[in-house]
Amino acid sequence: MPDLSINFAGIKSPNPFWLASAPPTNSGYQVMKAFDAGWGGAVWKTLGVPVVNVSSRYGGVNYRDKRLVGFNNIELISDRPLSHNLREIEEVKKRFPNHAVIASLMVQSRQEWHDIVRQSQDAGADGFELNFGCPHGMCERGMGSAVGQEPKVLQMIVEWVMEVAQKPVIVKLTPNISDITEPAMAARRGGADAISLINTIQSIVGVDLDKFAPYPIVDGKGTNGGYCGPAVKPIALNMVKNCAQHPDIKLPISGIGGIENWRDAVEHILLGASSVQVCTAAMHFGFGIIREMTSGLEQYMVEKGFNTINDMVGKALPNVLHWEDLNMKYKVTANINEDKCIGCQLCYTACEDGAHQAIKLNAGTRVPEIIEENCVGCNLCSLVCPVEQCITMEQTDSGTQHLTWKERTEAGDIPTKFEDEKAGGRHHWVPEPAAALGKERHKTLPGKARLYSGETQVPAQAEA
Amino acid sequence: MAEFSTPTTEQQFAENFAQLKPVMNRTEALYESSRCLFCFDAPCIKACPSGIDIPQFIRQINSGNDTGAARTIYEANYFGNACGKVCPTEVLCEGACVYNLQEVKPIEIGRLQSYATTKAINSGKHLFGSGADNGKKVAVIGAGPAGISAACELRALGYGVDVFEAKAQPSGLTVYGVAPYKITNEETLAEMAYLQAQFGYNVHFNSAISSRAELKKLEEKYDAIFLGIGLGKTNELGLPGEDKINCTGAVEFIAELRQHHHEVAVGRKVIVLGGGNTAMDAASESSRLGAETVLLAYRRAKEEMGAYEFEYDLAKGVGVRGLFNVAPVEITGNGYVAGVKFIRTETKDGKVQEIAGSEFVEPCDMVIKATGQAKQTEFLSLIPGLKLDGKGRILANAHTGQTSNPKYFASGDAWNGGAEVVNAAAEAKLTARGIHAYLSK
Ligand SMILES: Cc1cc2nc3c(=O)[nH]c(=O)nc-3n(C[C@H](O)[C@H](O)[C@H](O)COP(=O)(O)OP(=O)(O)OC[C@H]3O[C@@H](n4cnc5c(N)ncnc54)[C@H](O)[C@@H]3O)c2cc1C
Ligand SMILES: Cc1cc2nc3c(=O)[nH]c(=O)nc-3n(C[C@H](O)[C@H](O)[C@H](O)COP(=O)(O)O)c2cc1C
Ligand code: SF4
Ligand code: SF4
Ligand code: SF4
Repeated sequence: MPDLSINFAGIKSPNPFWLASAPPTNSGYQVMKAFDAGWGGAVWKTLGVPVVNVSSRYGGVNYRDKRLVGFNNIELISDRPLSHNLREIEEVKKRFPNHAVIASLMVQSRQEWHDIVRQSQDAGADGFELNFGCPHGMCERGMGSAVGQEPKVLQMIVEWVMEVAQKPVIVKLTPNISDITEPAMAARRGGADAISLINTIQSIVGVDLDKFAPYPIVDGKGTNGGYCGPAVKPIALNMVKNCAQHPDIKLPISGIGGIENWRDAVEHILLGASSVQVCTAAMHFGFGIIREMTSGLEQYMVEKGFNTINDMVGKALPNVLHWEDLNMKYKVTANINEDKCIGCQLCYTACEDGAHQAIKLNAGTRVPEIIEENCVGCNLCSLVCPVEQCITMEQTDSGTQHLTWKERTEAGDIPTKFEDEKAGGRHHWVPEPAAALGKERHKTLPGKARLYSGETQVPAQAEA
Repeated sequence: MAEFSTPTTEQQFAENFAQLKPVMNRTEALYESSRCLFCFDAPCIKACPSGIDIPQFIRQINSGNDTGAARTIYEANYFGNACGKVCPTEVLCEGACVYNLQEVKPIEIGRLQSYATTKAINSGKHLFGSGADNGKKVAVIGAGPAGISAACELRALGYGVDVFEAKAQPSGLTVYGVAPYKITNEETLAEMAYLQAQFGYNVHFNSAISSRAELKKLEEKYDAIFLGIGLGKTNELGLPGEDKINCTGAVEFIAELRQHHHEVAVGRKVIVLGGGNTAMDAASESSRLGAETVLLAYRRAKEEMGAYEFEYDLAKGVGVRGLFNVAPVEITGNGYVAGVKFIRTETKDGKVQEIAGSEFVEPCDMVIKATGQAKQTEFLSLIPGLKLDGKGRILANAHTGQTSNPKYFASGDAWNGGAEVVNAAAEAKLTARGIHAYLSK
């Protein structure tokens, strides 16, 4: 059996799955329940200054029948009294000495930071997470993302915290910034032990078409909120990767953003995270999802021969390059598996209207055909095909040549004019513009009218 | 033991005849519409005799535009709601859905269609209206799917339309023939009321056109006459004993059933003669009315039945048993039906042959003849110059519906010989366009 336990910048936990600082970690009751269910750690709902929340706090993005592929909130940090939170942290730590309890903190002045760090230390917290991420409500008061977006202020506050902290300090970064490595570097300069990312992304998840107001609606009005859930994973992964690949940051990373199952967690880990945090998925499905996450992770590690989480941290990083370092000699071509094809022709219309007119239809069959010379290997058809493994992208180059844009640039082998033979797309066939006319018009007709052409009506047979 | 106990109240009737395709709620419609792939040049559209743009209306449901979905459906088929419930979707749109090729359940197109149109009907949403009055008038004979569809389209084109219907209710066999577990009378009539409110044609009920004099009046008063008269009574078998009490035609039996529900009595042991869809319906219905045994007797082998496989499965599912390769020779009994004398048959070179000396009597107390509907040849002979084909079907141009008497146009069962509601609706819409082209010349 692989060992799932981790030591994250000095914080130990039985597995890498932590609950992110958010409503699921709002109370000792919830955290104990989560640990009982199998979670390895919890970052307590952010402690700090007194706040007041509004009613109507969350908005969701649904895709067709899938609920909450994206989620947003306009909630603030913990609105429970600090003393209650501290007492419950102490209680949880007594019951679960081997689980990680991290105090998430957000205050303003140096003195306040010193006080709250000391208090949570005394309560038994295993570490701190400085919330420089919240993109609404707190930033207006000079906290949260207002700090995360100012590397200098961020560094100063980290320094204040380091003056009194005796436990590891994690800095939680906001993604509402153009280069995530800048605040990460500031955290490093300030002496932080680790970083966690991402916090929520500033967003409007939707507009009520009748009330003309953004969700969530508070008395007819709304405001921008923080976006999270499955939809933000790609953004989180890229930012995790940027921090992990940066030569100078060199801090352990707690990956957050869109993690719902073991697969999402492994992706974060392969790109450099050594612990992962979950919020939306726990809010959507409850703490029970941890069983699938741990068992899936374990299974994967067994299959890949990884003994510890550390064995896999950053495994994909060497394969994430800059565009200019990709092999331009590599070529794939779409291939339709006729036996699997169900004839929906989504690939045809996708390539025809959205790509390179490299798929054609033939009379007498609904199985489309790839025009190999025209296929640029963009993958679109294989992405829209509803049948698993029906369209595969097959390698068609010899696999022996390797040439990158960078190498070509260095060798002076790049096109500088469109007439240049070396320029891309030169010999790629595209139909005459006017050939498009009339192709789709019949579809605007109602009912039978669209079938007129070439269709004769045969009287049905009388009943026996 | 009977599968069903005899219903004695409207509620028990509704339970025995529970809807096969109940109307979806919004959640189910959202989930089901989400599965549609939005195929290019979708095969389901091609398989729909009325050519409804199925992926379009499913997408409209999915994006919360149920009204737009209803419009898409009605633009192609005025019986959109009824069709969603009564169409043999298994062999039409749903049978063509690409999911079948993946052995995944096809999209429930019919139920989605009823969902959107039911919403429009219940809300009374005004989707269509009559066109600007063009001063011309058309008489429509028969308020069935063909007649009503023609009336709607003609009104949209600006014609004055009077519909003459022999019976007391509109929709033809939709309310007098289709099995009660496919659609309720309320649903059928709600769509009829909705259409009439939208298009404003006149319907004269209990107004059979049956004489040359009446036809002549119509010819004088109207610019064109549309024949949507459907088919007639159940064919006579010409067997001894056919006049015995409790020997009835399927169409007549079902019409009673649709109107009087649990008040219709069925025998304890019923024999249904025939192998078409109507036979399957009559057998299923007898069983649901509480008959102890229902035998389906067919002259040929099981595989040769004209009925759709799913209709036979439906009948089997409610306890109906099949008796194949038997031909009825006599209805026995003394005043009342007491049995059917059969002779066994075999099929040789495609021909049914009786096996001499193989007669036997199967006792029963009710016989339902589902041996096809007669054509209305007698009535049609009153129309000068109107030609019929060898099977008694009106001959008419497939695109315009114009008959050999240029003033008369025809669609539906009377023209196609007996198909489905959807065929009648689609043909009549086309024919209305044919009338328009003729009268605009
Ligand atoms: C038992 C049975 C079950 C069926 N089940 C289904 C099913 O599940 N699904 C499906 O899609 N189809 C089903 N059908 C077929 C479907 O009902 C018909 O194809 C469809 O109703 C044909 O429409 P129509 O307008 O041509 O004729 P009809 O529906 O027969 O309408 C003709 C109308 O004209 C009236 N009429 C006739 N002569 C005159 C006259 N001289 N003067 C005035 N009025 C006249 C009649 O009273 C009737 O109202 C079934 C048919 C039967 C018999
Ligand atoms: C309702 C809500 C409240 C949150 N409150 C806090 C908070 O108090 N402190 C904090 O650092 N992050 C807070 N977050 C951000 C989460 O900790 C986490 O960074 C973010 O939701 C991304 O993870 P996910 O995709 O798993 O939800 C909150 C998120 C939500 C949805
Ligand atoms: S890979 Fe791209 S270009 Fe090639 S066939 Fe598919 S969609 Fe067209
Ligand atoms: S998308 Fe896939 S299943 Fe659909 S037609 Fe293309 S290859 Fe066939
Ligand atoms: S064939 Fe099926 S999946 Fe494709 S558009 Fe029609 S209903 Fe949708």
